[in-house]
Amino acid sequence: MTGPYNYPDPSGHFGKYGGRFVPETLMAPLEELERAYREAQADEKFNEELDALLKNYVGRPTPLFFAERLTRRLNGPKIYLKREDLAHTGAHKINNCLGQGLLARRMGKKRVIAETGAGQHGVATATVCALLGLECEIYMGTEDMRRQELNVFRMRLLGATVTPVDSGSRTLKDAINEALRDWVTNVDTYYLLGSVLGPHPYPVMVRDFQKIIGHEARAQILACEGRLPDVLVACVGGGSNAMGLLYDFLGEGSVRMVGVEAGGRGHALGEHAARFIDAEGGGGRPGILQGTYSYILQNDDGQISLTHSVSAGLDYAAIGPEHALLHDLHRVEYTHVSDGEALEAFQLLSHLEGIIPALESAHAVAYLKRLATALRPDQVVIANLSGRGDKDVAEAVRLIKN
Amino acid sequence: MTRIQKRFEALRQSGRKGFIAYLTAGDPSLLHTDSIIRALLRAGVDVLEVGVPFSDPLADGPVIQRASQRALDAGTNLTKILKMVADLRGGSESTSEHSRPDSGVVPVNREDTPFVLFSYLNPIWQMGIETFACRSRAAGVDGVLLTDLIPEESGEIKKVFDAHDLDLIFLVAPTSTDERIRKICSVARGFIYAVSRTGTTGARESLSEGVENLVQRIRRFTSLPIAVGFGISTRAQVQSVCKVADAAVVGSAIVRRIEEQIDANRGPLPGAEALARQVEAFVGELLTPR
Repeated sequence: MTGPYNYPDPSGHFGKYGGRFVPETLMAPLEELERAYREAQADEKFNEELDALLKNYVGRPTPLFFAERLTRRLNGPKIYLKREDLAHTGAHKINNCLGQGLLARRMGKKRVIAETGAGQHGVATATVCALLGLECEIYMGTEDMRRQELNVFRMRLLGATVTPVDSGSRTLKDAINEALRDWVTNVDTYYLLGSVLGPHPYPVMVRDFQKIIGHEARAQILACEGRLPDVLVACVGGGSNAMGLLYDFLGEGSVRMVGVEAGGRGHALGEHAARFIDAEGGGGRPGILQGTYSYILQNDDGQISLTHSVSAGLDYAAIGPEHALLHDLHRVEYTHVSDGEALEAFQLLSHLEGIIPALESAHAVAYLKRLATALRPDQVVIANLSGRGDKDVAEAVRLIKN
Repeated sequence: MTRIQKRFEALRQSGRKGFIAYLTAGDPSLLHTDSIIRALLRAGVDVLEVGVPFSDPLADGPVIQRASQRALDAGTNLTKILKMVADLRGGSESTSEHSRPDSGVVPVNREDTPFVLFSYLNPIWQMGIETFACRSRAAGVDGVLLTDLIPEESGEIKKVFDAHDLDLIFLVAPTSTDERIRKICSVARGFIYAVSRTGTTGARESLSEGVENLVQRIRRFTSLPIAVGFGISTRAQVQSVCKVADAAVVGSAIVRRIEEQIDANRGPLPGAEALARQVEAFVGELLTPR
């Protein structure tokens, strides 16, 4: 990458990706949101309140933990885990939800809607709505409701309405469709989108609220190693935890970055959620879905393909537009690990470190195994442990038994 | 003059308002769609909107969502839809797949009724904008409305469509500010599609009171004809829209009628002609008197 990294442009484009591809009805609310966000960003009081809540409510900064036993087992570089799983509600999602929740309140919104895949974003949204006294409705695919049942209970306990979505693959993509349909009908509602997806300004706004992950990690690694890491690793569904970790390091040419997609159970279209997979005909191509231009898993006719992943949070046909740009710039390497590798890593980290990772984050951990063989013991890797795995225990037991 | 211009000019001269019918192509098969379109033309529809099914129709309500799924299940794609249009126009691209022994009835207006493709952007993007424009024009398509395309993102597409004399039609919503309406009107061709209310497509019992106001706001920025759609399903609603606008669009109500016939058959699809006659009767009711 040459020159400074300065994306998106004012109209929300990351190179040729991103932008706004929405029904005209949503343009007024999107413009209102963008204005409000710019104002909030520049408002010291808004930032102070957010910082205080991140500290006292979320528990930030989250630790950077040296995984000594995992390091020894893999017999490679020093492995650090950025412990987003220790953030309140158990995943990085809360960072974005607090930011947008405060923004919604500032805009005078009374009702918040959101989509969720793994349920972590839904739980974080429901949590923030409880904290701020906002009405909350979460759209969730019925397949995801089945495999993330614990999170459905949590959301309801937090006072949210969970609305099942039974169309398409009954997963994250379909939940986003339904949330957008709600928003296009109820334009006064605040749509709290959970990843670096959708129309401008969501990809940049969500990245901004998540970049604290990398910001903290940089200071933490400098404190304990006295230098920058050699490699950063994060799983990528929509891509918010990855953007959060990577953003602060994009200008550091010495830092290698890897995004790990869900390889599912095979390379054929429909068997995975790896948009950048290079298999003949099985990977994604640029296209337009749910408000943005990015890589999408689709057939030759431009119909969005079904996806599969053991992890509900990675089970999505498109990827955030900024990742599309970073892919094309060769700034970030994208790879994938299979369902089986992720499940193995899920158990490995539990055994070795006493940390049960979310199945999403287990994809990043699984990749460490491959990475370790190529690196020296004096090199340093940070993996983003984006969420904790309590929600996945029942599903993992079911899968491991079979 | 384009077909769309000619049609609205003819309507204006005869003091009539336009009736625009939407259906999802390929629901439940393209053979059915072909018959239904011929029936709609017989019924006297002024402009035809042919919906291109998409897997993720986020601007559509349940009725068109289900229709899109049925169409995709039947193997419908853009290439086949364009072939069907070409066949209907009696152009050179007609294929054996859709041509059938003519029933003896020569459809009226088959050559001069405008056809508008109504689609999400992605299926068209994947075909390639240039290829799509070329093939659409050759097939006899007059205009294209892309549900998820706003003027700000339309530069490249508009350039190609203009070069092929294909009208790019835009939506105006009740939420559109005057500034946005001006922007839309400055790039739109064919006609302006005013969305009667916020929300997805689908029938509603009552029409929004804001329709008249929206049409008047649009009039300040353009001399293009204004059609009003979303939620129009009864004769009374058509008439009330036609008091303030140049044309009324009926979509989900027609698609719902098709769905009812499919559901009533429980299993085997209804015959194409039988289904077409049902739709023709329904649209006939909506159309008289205008």
